[in-house]
Amino acid sequence: MTQPLLRVENLQTHFATRAGTVKAVDGVSFDLRRGEILGLVGESGSGKSVTGQSILGLVDPPGRIAGGRVLFDGEDLVTAGEKRLRAIRGRRIAMIFQDPMMTLNPVLSVETQMVEAVLAHDKVGRAEARRRSRDALGRVGIASPEERLAAYPHQFSGGMRQRVAIAIALLHSPDLILADEPTTALDVTIQAQILFEVQTLCRDTGTALLWVTHDLAVVSALADRVAVMYAGRIVETGPIADVIQAPRHPYTRGLLDSVPSRNRRGVPLRSIPGMTPSVLDLPKGCAFQPRCGRADAACAVMPELPENGHAWRCWHPHDADARGAAA
Amino acid sequence: MTRPILAVSGLSKRFERKLDVVERFARRLGASVDDSVLHAVSGVDLAVAEGEVVGLVGESGCGKSTLGRMVAGLLTPSDGSIQWRGTDLRDLPPAGRHEANLKIQMVFQDPMASLNPRLRVADIIGEAPVVHGLVPRREAAEAVAEMMRTVGLDPGYMRRYPHQFSGGQRQRIGIARALAVKPDFLVCDESVAALDVSIQAQIINLFMRLREELRLTYLFISHDLGVVQHISDRTAIMYLGRIVELAPTPELFAAPNHPYARALLDEAPRVTLEKRRFAPIRGEIPSPLNPPAGCPFHPRCPHAMPRCSQERPDLREVAPARWSACHLNDTL
Repeated sequence: MTQPLLRVENLQTHFATRAGTVKAVDGVSFDLRRGEILGLVGESGSGKSVTGQSILGLVDPPGRIAGGRVLFDGEDLVTAGEKRLRAIRGRRIAMIFQDPMMTLNPVLSVETQMVEAVLAHDKVGRAEARRRSRDALGRVGIASPEERLAAYPHQFSGGMRQRVAIAIALLHSPDLILADEPTTALDVTIQAQILFEVQTLCRDTGTALLWVTHDLAVVSALADRVAVMYAGRIVETGPIADVIQAPRHPYTRGLLDSVPSRNRRGVPLRSIPGMTPSVLDLPKGCAFQPRCGRADAACAVMPELPENGHAWRCWHPHDADARGAAA
Repeated sequence: MTRPILAVSGLSKRFERKLDVVERFARRLGASVDDSVLHAVSGVDLAVAEGEVVGLVGESGCGKSTLGRMVAGLLTPSDGSIQWRGTDLRDLPPAGRHEANLKIQMVFQDPMASLNPRLRVADIIGEAPVVHGLVPRREAAEAVAEMMRTVGLDPGYMRRYPHQFSGGQRQRIGIARALAVKPDFLVCDESVAALDVSIQAQIINLFMRLREELRLTYLFISHDLGVVQHISDRTAIMYLGRIVELAPTPELFAAPNHPYARALLDEAPRVTLEKRRFAPIRGEIPSPLNPPAGCPFHPRCPHAMPRCSQERPDLREVAPARWSACHLNDTL
């Protein structure tokens, strides 16, 4: 097998707070090949967003990467200097955020911002930069891109702004796009349009995509593989169909069972008892054990996550065939 | 259907923006500037039977929250009437209207924004029933404890402030506050939207349990089709201030009639085993400041005919208990 485009090895991102060290990401490892779409799924506070930010060295103090490696095309980004990271950000790895207004400057026209983004990495003339910006807008489905270039961000709707943010991410045909909940704030018809564009682009250009989200439904339709995070660790990972069809970790199974449309109408939903734990005060061993129906003494030791294929971090996994939920 | 507990007819809400100084001056000079009027809700008819859960679905700006707020008495309708147990609220004497308003309560989306951060939970839940004379002040603590147990909170926490609770617990506080004045009807506006999936399931289960125990009726507003499909008996789909389809939930989800309803159901993400090719409907929701003539959906509709851009279809009963506003039902 060829070398993966991105290999995250035992990544640890910690936040020093007055109450103690918060291990937001605690030993996360995964691979991403060229052209592949990986869904990183988790609930609030699971560490999924911090994982994405750590890859590009975007974690703000008091957060810091305490250990592990992020190998991008063989190069470790954790030890790379700020200058090297600046050369990679936007050019080879692009990021799309949940709120496009985080990406866009409200007082500059779209043209100014896009041309600036092109010139940041490429020595081309303004006319060429402008042409590339226009083409990028056209590629994400913005009608009459020539006129829209002159517009300001507030003149776009939410869905259109997110398209502009995606167009900026595409300017340098990056090898990898990190997308952090990019469709969460959008309506379903607009979300479907964006997913359609992204799916098409990844297939056409061979761009790899890390899609960070809380929404299992979006991931199930879009991703090739999925990694489920809980309390800073990946608890289950594998090809999307295997995980959806036969979730082995009780948390993954609980998440899938909580989705209303997978339950019979009118009967109580199968929910996970309790609530997401504070990362400051995790139980010894498996973090999910206080909410888990299968936990016993063995769970006081953290189970390992085996490498490759469909893997889970659990001493008492569900059987592969005994699928409880009616699809 | 028996007599509805709540019925609205021809209900509309317009928000008007008055001209500012410059625009008034420009008009005096002869420029054609008019007050801009936003039609948030236009002529909605809806009847809710006692004990029923009606889901109200739509995308941002379709007017679903405005409709909910009018029902809950937080906004005054521009046109149309709201009938509570058969009587128009406007015909009731002040005392009667007050009583009816108390029977309709609302649960909001973001409990952090709708709970006063400076009040203890005991006061958040206990204030309204004391003020309205439902509970004597010295029994307030007992009533609050009872209410907290009802929604699955530990009464030992009643001296705490909202920020000391998790999102799911805060939503339970919001529900307890609404229930404290013994309502018959709850308007739930995106009440589970801000919660994580595993917590969302707990709160949905709580809503369903309370419905049984307290014989409540819900108007359940959500953009999440899965949630609405699960909890509601009938579902209404709104687009640009109007109900475009209204039907019993199983029938509507099995075979939507209106093209917009079909598009919405098709594009709602579901947990699937196969990869999907997204084939989205084109275009965006038009601005309610300047809605298209005729059928509001016609610029995006794959089946649009010339008639659709001229004549607005009415919401008509196309099959027993199934209502839809589409000209296609005439041609087939």
